[in-house]
Amino acid sequence: MSSVREEGKDRIIFVTKEDHASPSSAELVEEDPNDPYEERGLILPSGEINWNCPCLGGMASGPCGTEFKDAFSCFHYSKEEVKGSDCLENFRAMQECMQRYPELYPQEDEKEQQQQQSSETKPTSQDSAETSENGWWRWLLSFYKTPASLWPTAP
Amino acid sequence: MLKCRTVWRTLAPLARTSSTVCRQNARRAGLNNGRLPACVPAAHMSTAPAGGGRENQLYVLLVGATCVGGAIYAYRTVKGDSQRYQDRIDEISSRPLKTFTEEPATPTQSEPPGERINQRILGIMSLLPFHCRTIFEQNHTDEPVIEASPEEAAEPPVVEPDASPASHKVSSHTPYLLIGGGTASFAAARSIRARDPGARVLIVTDELVPPYMRPPLSKELWFSDDPSVTETLRFKQWNGKERSIYFQPPSFYINAEELGSAENGGVAVLTGKKVVHMDVRGNKIKLDDDTEISYDKCLIATGGVPRNLQVIERAGEEVMKRTTLFRKVEDFKSLDKVSRNVKSITIIGGGFLGSELACALGRRSTESDLEVIQMYPEKGNMGKVLPEYLSNWTTEKVKKEGVKIISEALVKSVVSKDDKLEIQLKDGRLVKTDHIVAAVGLEPNVDLAKSAGLEVDSDFGGFRVNAELQARSNIWVAGDAACFYDIRLGRRRVEHHDHAVVSGRLAGENMTGANKPYWHQSMFWSDLGPDVGYEAIGIVDSSLPTVGVFAKATAKDTPKAATEESGTGIRSESETEHTASSPVASSAPSPTGVQHKDEYGKGVIFYLRDKVVVGIILWNVFNRMPIARKIIKDGEEHADLNEVAKLFNIHDD
Repeated sequence: MSSVREEGKDRIIFVTKEDHASPSSAELVEEDPNDPYEERGLILPSGEINWNCPCLGGMASGPCGTEFKDAFSCFHYSKEEVKGSDCLENFRAMQECMQRYPELYPQEDEKEQQQQQSSETKPTSQDSAETSENGWWRWLLSFYKTPASLWPTAP
Repeated sequence: MLKCRTVWRTLAPLARTSSTVCRQNARRAGLNNGRLPACVPAAHMSTAPAGGGRENQLYVLLVGATCVGGAIYAYRTVKGDSQRYQDRIDEISSRPLKTFTEEPATPTQSEPPGERINQRILGIMSLLPFHCRTIFEQNHTDEPVIEASPEEAAEPPVVEPDASPASHKVSSHTPYLLIGGGTASFAAARSIRARDPGARVLIVTDELVPPYMRPPLSKELWFSDDPSVTETLRFKQWNGKERSIYFQPPSFYINAEELGSAENGGVAVLTGKKVVHMDVRGNKIKLDDDTEISYDKCLIATGGVPRNLQVIERAGEEVMKRTTLFRKVEDFKSLDKVSRNVKSITIIGGGFLGSELACALGRRSTESDLEVIQMYPEKGNMGKVLPEYLSNWTTEKVKKEGVKIISEALVKSVVSKDDKLEIQLKDGRLVKTDHIVAAVGLEPNVDLAKSAGLEVDSDFGGFRVNAELQARSNIWVAGDAACFYDIRLGRRRVEHHDHAVVSGRLAGENMTGANKPYWHQSMFWSDLGPDVGYEAIGIVDSSLPTVGVFAKATAKDTPKAATEESGTGIRSESETEHTASSPVASSAPSPTGVQHKDEYGKGVIFYLRDKVVVGIILWNVFNRMPIARKIIKDGEEHADLNEVAKLFNIHDD
């Protein structure tokens, strides 16, 4: 049973798990999906990419921002069967740019992450470029597969 | 001309002789005709005697020649004059410009008519009001304003500003100018770059370092095991991931000199420069080294300066030397050094900063024999934020961190005696300490309000801006210095990190044409030791009536546990990138499920204003901020807040 106590203007309620087991009767206002004021996720209601999404971190605004936007736009609007397969040039350019700023776009962390994810594959130095590219692919695809609330941060 | 004169001179005697000859002839003619009757009139010049016809012709010829000569002379003089005038104008306009206020040079004797006209124009101009003159100057920048006569031997001195080499190279115009190099400024820079491809953004800061985040300065950095943390400014989060307090490493930014020519634009940071004057009409600012930079859009994100107690300011040099006003990286470095070298530190102030520093230093006190005292006028820690019962509970927790609390303390005077500081309280208590940290609030920096003609809010301080953070056309304000209109909660000024990020981002969006009001409510958080951590949103003022719904706490409900479980980064990043929890170092394991009636382990506290929820604290309950945000956004009157509390599932992990 919940206990209630008043201390002046403040009210204190202690509740057990059972007290809160029943669904809430509180009414929330229905969300308007087209509310222009709302902060949006990565994809705007219009279908465009929200480059200012906090989920992108500094990807769209850094020194390689232009290359990133080109690559990701191409990927986003790609209608190929393997999404983004027509965007290899853009991704290559982005990769090149990012390699010029290793401090900002660390390649190491990515390799480590992939090592953790797939214990079978052991990326060698030759594979490193490929795996980083795959990492990007995987990261981008993840935006389309997972619900907005669970979008991961930039690698 | 001289030629003409010589010709005339030579001709003159001839002319004279010819005229005398003519006259003599006339007389002779008259004398010859004298025998005739006197009725013959004196000889008319026109009717010369027949014998003088040839001389007459010569005379006419000479007169004609003179007239023609004179006409030629006159024509040549005028032509020569105008040519000379033109030459002079060309010569002067090729000289560098001089300022309008220079004294006119003394005119020489030979002045071509054009020069006189020029000076007449200038004379009239000096009567015009100032702004007309500027228009004139702007339209006629290639015309000389004042000129000295070219006949003078010496060239008039060319006036050039005495500037340091660097300011010559810095572009004198930038499309986006951000004044202040803190969190709000960086967030705006990021937003502008994301929305305006190839944007050129210039950040001007009086600090010597690029933008960094402030919360770790009073939290994570103190819990680092690395002895060189004051140099690296890096800290390990609970999931092992390390990061720097700097938002981006130096390679992210481009040099200010290269900003104008960078192909894809970029963000440049001009450090160590203070903006001293803002000319809103002219869309330009002036730095402390007299450099002028013009802009298209400007953001003022000047933040604030820590307040000090008057008693300390009046107490003299010896006391001020031993007082820290904590805000910047240097303050962290110096306080860290001080904490290793003194025996006793007193923190004055019981709010966020004071309590966090007290806990951080209290932690240190367990390792060394450092005495940490915290004193404040309220009854308990966070007395202006938390309802009394919670504030008391929090104070007990802070005491457990090794802090000596002196509550309800009003400082009367501070003196320096025998190399120690003596703090005299109004109720008679005396506190002896080695060093003072004053955490008594922030004074928003509105230095530019006067020169820019911007409104300052008298209730909250800071620049008064509208719901879209705009002060005037092309000028926005974000962060600690912005007193803005919150559509839901009314006019306010917020001094939290996430607000700086949210408002900076919004200002950046509006600077690139978004026209969005402040709508996404910012949050804040605080951790006071391993057992107490909370996230909050909205207006959290202890003077408002509150309703708190609590569950019994288990060992799992601590900030540390929440972080380890979700495996995410620090809360400093959370609302900007991903909801997360904060790491707080913990050496002792948290108590396991003590079932105390007064244990406020975890819960939700609602702050009400006219029965509407305007603020929510999530007490040791994490990753539920979106629900809290929704409730505040709705602004509805809820009859039973316990039902609303159910939405948070406080019993779950």
